[in-house]
Amino acid sequence: MSPASDQLSGKPISQAPFGERAISLEPGLDEKDMVLNFGPQHPACHGTLRMVMTLDGERIRKLEPDIGFLHTGFEKLGESRTWNQFIVVTDRMNYLSAMSNNIGFACAVEELLGIEVPPRAQAIRVLMAEMSRISDHILGIGLQGMDLGAFTAMLWAFIEREKVYDVFELTSGGRLTTSYTRVGGLAFDLPEEVPHRCRRFLDRIDALLEDVEGMLSHNRIFTERTQGVGVFTKDQVLTYGWTGPIARASGVQRDVRRDTPYLGYETYDFEVPTHEEGDVYARYKQRLAEIRESCKIVQQVLDRMPAGEINALGKVTLPDRDEVYTQMESLIHHFMLEMPGHGVQVPVGEVYHATESPNGELGWYLISDGTAVPYKVHVRSPSLYNYASMGELCQDHLIGDAVAVMSSLNIIAGELDR
Amino acid sequence: MSRLPTADLEAFARQRREGARAAAERRFNREKELGDRAAEFAGQALIGRHEFRNQVTLIVELGGIHALLEHLRDALGFDVLVDLTAVDYLKLDGDHPERFGITYHVSRTADESRLRIRTYVDEDEPVAPTACDVWKGANWAEREVYDMYGIEFRGHPNLIRILLPQEYSGFPLRKDYPLRGRGERDNFPVIRRGEGGTA
Repeated sequence: MSPASDQLSGKPISQAPFGERAISLEPGLDEKDMVLNFGPQHPACHGTLRMVMTLDGERIRKLEPDIGFLHTGFEKLGESRTWNQFIVVTDRMNYLSAMSNNIGFACAVEELLGIEVPPRAQAIRVLMAEMSRISDHILGIGLQGMDLGAFTAMLWAFIEREKVYDVFELTSGGRLTTSYTRVGGLAFDLPEEVPHRCRRFLDRIDALLEDVEGMLSHNRIFTERTQGVGVFTKDQVLTYGWTGPIARASGVQRDVRRDTPYLGYETYDFEVPTHEEGDVYARYKQRLAEIRESCKIVQQVLDRMPAGEINALGKVTLPDRDEVYTQMESLIHHFMLEMPGHGVQVPVGEVYHATESPNGELGWYLISDGTAVPYKVHVRSPSLYNYASMGELCQDHLIGDAVAVMSSLNIIAGELDR
Repeated sequence: MSRLPTADLEAFARQRREGARAAAERRFNREKELGDRAAEFAGQALIGRHEFRNQVTLIVELGGIHALLEHLRDALGFDVLVDLTAVDYLKLDGDHPERFGITYHVSRTADESRLRIRTYVDEDEPVAPTACDVWKGANWAEREVYDMYGIEFRGHPNLIRILLPQEYSGFPLRKDYPLRGRGERDNFPVIRRGEGGTA
């Protein structure tokens, strides 16, 4: 049998049996140092993440993340699927908030087309984006608790998240993989029951947040394991390109929804909360604060949900089904969008469009050669830029802190590896 | 939270919408001006510039890219590298001097201005200077570009494959790389039942 080799360095892994001192084969490694392989199959590695830690006792001297276990080739796949077919792929990227990805991609293609969706479609998209942000943050907080031993918080979070998924199921037919948007509009109109369900959810969410806060915010184990752990300063945040709640937890005032508004976000009254400490605890507080702001937005969308069309006029969205059966023009239009080899014709050009996903700035860099199939689809995933800093974040921390830090980043492997 | 009557909400929305439209126009003008200043710095290295959907793109020669990126960060205040990726122009019509292009999206936190910078690298010798010393966020992005397109970044601290296995041959996002096929898996060692062991 040939000796197994370490994927990262290509060097043989030490075969020392348990009990003997592990012989390190890494040059430059101190006698007392030990190399620990963390993941990719470990309950605290959400998804499939692997870290190679060089330890001095329990202190992390060097941490090297090794990613790519969930690499699926989405970007290559995008170059052979039509623009609308790719929406299905976007679900699989951030599987905790598929709605946000659907919406981000559809908005980017619409920017490339130079069209705007009708007010009702915009409002529904904002509603769905904020509901998905709430569910993502609730789960993020719950998992942060779970990784530090507070399993109850996670169970409470899961109960409420299911309620959000009920709303998604009513709206799109899918709970996890929603595929709800289409280029230029939406797959279906909002069912009548949804606003009522959302209101009921808003009524309950305060109680959940209070429960979770009561459980964690002043819990001595939780605070001592999170305060002052994994601190990132403003400068570090900027040089690593961190975005989203974790950047705002370090005092960086950036939010795509406010700075470069899309989908009419400018018309909603909401704050962009920030925290200054930049540690794991601040990220937990930041997510709590953002849930409350999202609830405000959801309330406002529900209060002034406009009536009207959900699809943009023109040749990018499907015609009315009745017209397809009775009018030649609409039949051809339907054919040109649906048949194999046809699809939405996007003009030649390139565009970068950013939306604020629950994890940070989700950007799409799209290049079109004027056909129904994208020439290039590149996603700027927040997780990749957030996770790249893991080595520096965990420098000189304990192994247990690495778990706390990782759950505070809320890394989604599907989005990280694409 | 206080809830306004519907009429007031609509007036509020209208006012905000107009404000945002004006702000977007101001931002675009600012980006054009920043593009002018960057173009002025690039001087001879600048080989093109275009605006599409209110986004400014500057195209510079490979020799001038690193100096321009440093200038963007230090003098023009672009403190965030939002995105770094490459494009294979093999099958795209248009005025592209080389096969591969590297695209940088930069942003500055002060006023959220954004710019897109592009440079081209040679097909036979795809080597570009690293941007890791300008923004640390470029580290993994450049590793991904190396992984997918085979473009090397001179001066990168750890230029190894990031998403694909180290043994992988080929660069999948190149346009001449097929979507389906066989071959690469030959590189993987075959372990039969009973040979597994504890390692």
